[in-house]
Amino acid sequence: MTRETIERRLRDGGLGRNDVVNLERRLFLRHGLSFGALTMLSGCDVVTNTGPVDAFLRAISRFNDGVQASLFNPHRLAPTFPESMVAPEFRFNAQYGIDKIPVLNPTTWRLQPSGLVSDKRAWTLDQLQALPQRADVTRHVCVEGWSMIGKWGGVPLRTFLERVGADPGARYVSFHCDDPISYTTSIDMPSAMHPQTILCLTYAGKPIEPKFGAPMRVKIPTKLGFKQPKFVTEIRVTNDYPAGYWENYGYNWFAGL
Amino acid sequence: MQNDRDTVLHPAIVRITHWTWALGVLILIGSGLRIYESDPVFESVAFPVWITLGGSYEDTNKLHNDFGLAAALLWHFAAMWLLFAGLVTFVIYGFVSGHFRRKYVPITVQEVTSNVADFLKGHLAHDIGVRNAVQKLLYAFALCAMLAMVLSGLVLWKPVQFHTLSLIMGQYEGARYVHFFGMVGIVLFLIVHIALTLLVPKVLLPMITGRAPTTVAHEKTGATS
Repeated sequence: MTRETIERRLRDGGLGRNDVVNLERRLFLRHGLSFGALTMLSGCDVVTNTGPVDAFLRAISRFNDGVQASLFNPHRLAPTFPESMVAPEFRFNAQYGIDKIPVLNPTTWRLQPSGLVSDKRAWTLDQLQALPQRADVTRHVCVEGWSMIGKWGGVPLRTFLERVGADPGARYVSFHCDDPISYTTSIDMPSAMHPQTILCLTYAGKPIEPKFGAPMRVKIPTKLGFKQPKFVTEIRVTNDYPAGYWENYGYNWFAGL
Repeated sequence: MQNDRDTVLHPAIVRITHWTWALGVLILIGSGLRIYESDPVFESVAFPVWITLGGSYEDTNKLHNDFGLAAALLWHFAAMWLLFAGLVTFVIYGFVSGHFRRKYVPITVQEVTSNVADFLKGHLAHDIGVRNAVQKLLYAFALCAMLAMVLSGLVLWKPVQFHTLSLIMGQYEGARYVHFFGMVGIVLFLIVHIALTLLVPKVLLPMITGRAPTTVAHEKTGATS
């Protein structure tokens, strides 16, 4: 949760107990910072945030993308769990507050395929619902460390990519979102073709709620949460490294589980 | 065997891997505590930002749009390779050269208790290059903690690819606890390790140069003969 989110939600009175605990923690840490400025370890601040070091660390992160691609087994399924373990109330997590979530009209919503695809006609929600569906009870893992089990259902991305005539030899698939920050992210083609990677339309058997990306979000049980965008309106197939919102801020691109 | 001037106590491979680990472990602990901050395993356990690695909130917010998680993760998954390189080198060397056999086995209960009794009486002989049972136990403990960190780290990094491995530690959520307590174990080891070095400072130089002065070498010869 960003500082802006905390402050705004404090103003709006939308802050829960855990948020207050987190806020106290932040304040404690910030208090510690002034002491830190006097210690030798404040040198780490300088080290971390100078350009060359950050660039070097990001280069290693790109190297780690390659290592992860070789560790990724396209046939290994993410572990599944009994339905009894599905969280009834899933955690809302976004860079913007819950009051800023877009409410997209499911009847006018369109999904636009673009880039290296032969059929660029936009898809309606009805058309997606008419495609073969699958649902898995899997663990959602956030880069922050927390995880939750849920049941997500929808159209395998592989099926969609085949229908729009995507170039299977292309390297990347990127997702573009109709939300307040124009969120984007992208994945490698093997992960896009993984059987559990879906254009998600349902949670626990019901249409996904607006706060979780209605009418369609992407669910990838083999990737961290920030690789699973909500409010998706465009899917692009490309050979040019597309990066993404958090990736541009230095978060690891492959982010595979 | 030994020449007149000095004796090689720590082979170059041992010294290089020792300091590679020292650097790697410090970076991993510092960045790990910062990663921990973004979603603490224990709500009541927090760490002041100055002992963490990830930059000030102001700087990191500008650079990474967060409170230091991206920077800490970048450090963590870079230092991972220092640890990995040191571990692979040391383990291969340890088995091939017989270093493990000479230095770590056997650890007998009798030897441990007699060493502890000596220490409590205030006269534990410390001969450079020769390990008493308490030292052996301490290093074996550190190696076990390190192993737990590597295995739980793999599970946290790749809970799907290493799912089978994750089953021995309660899957992803269990691995978070193993990774936390493994870190605590390593920090405890470091405290004892550094405290003992301060008590017997003559052991420090050989870990840098590999060689001990003639007098120390003679002590060693006397102790082992």
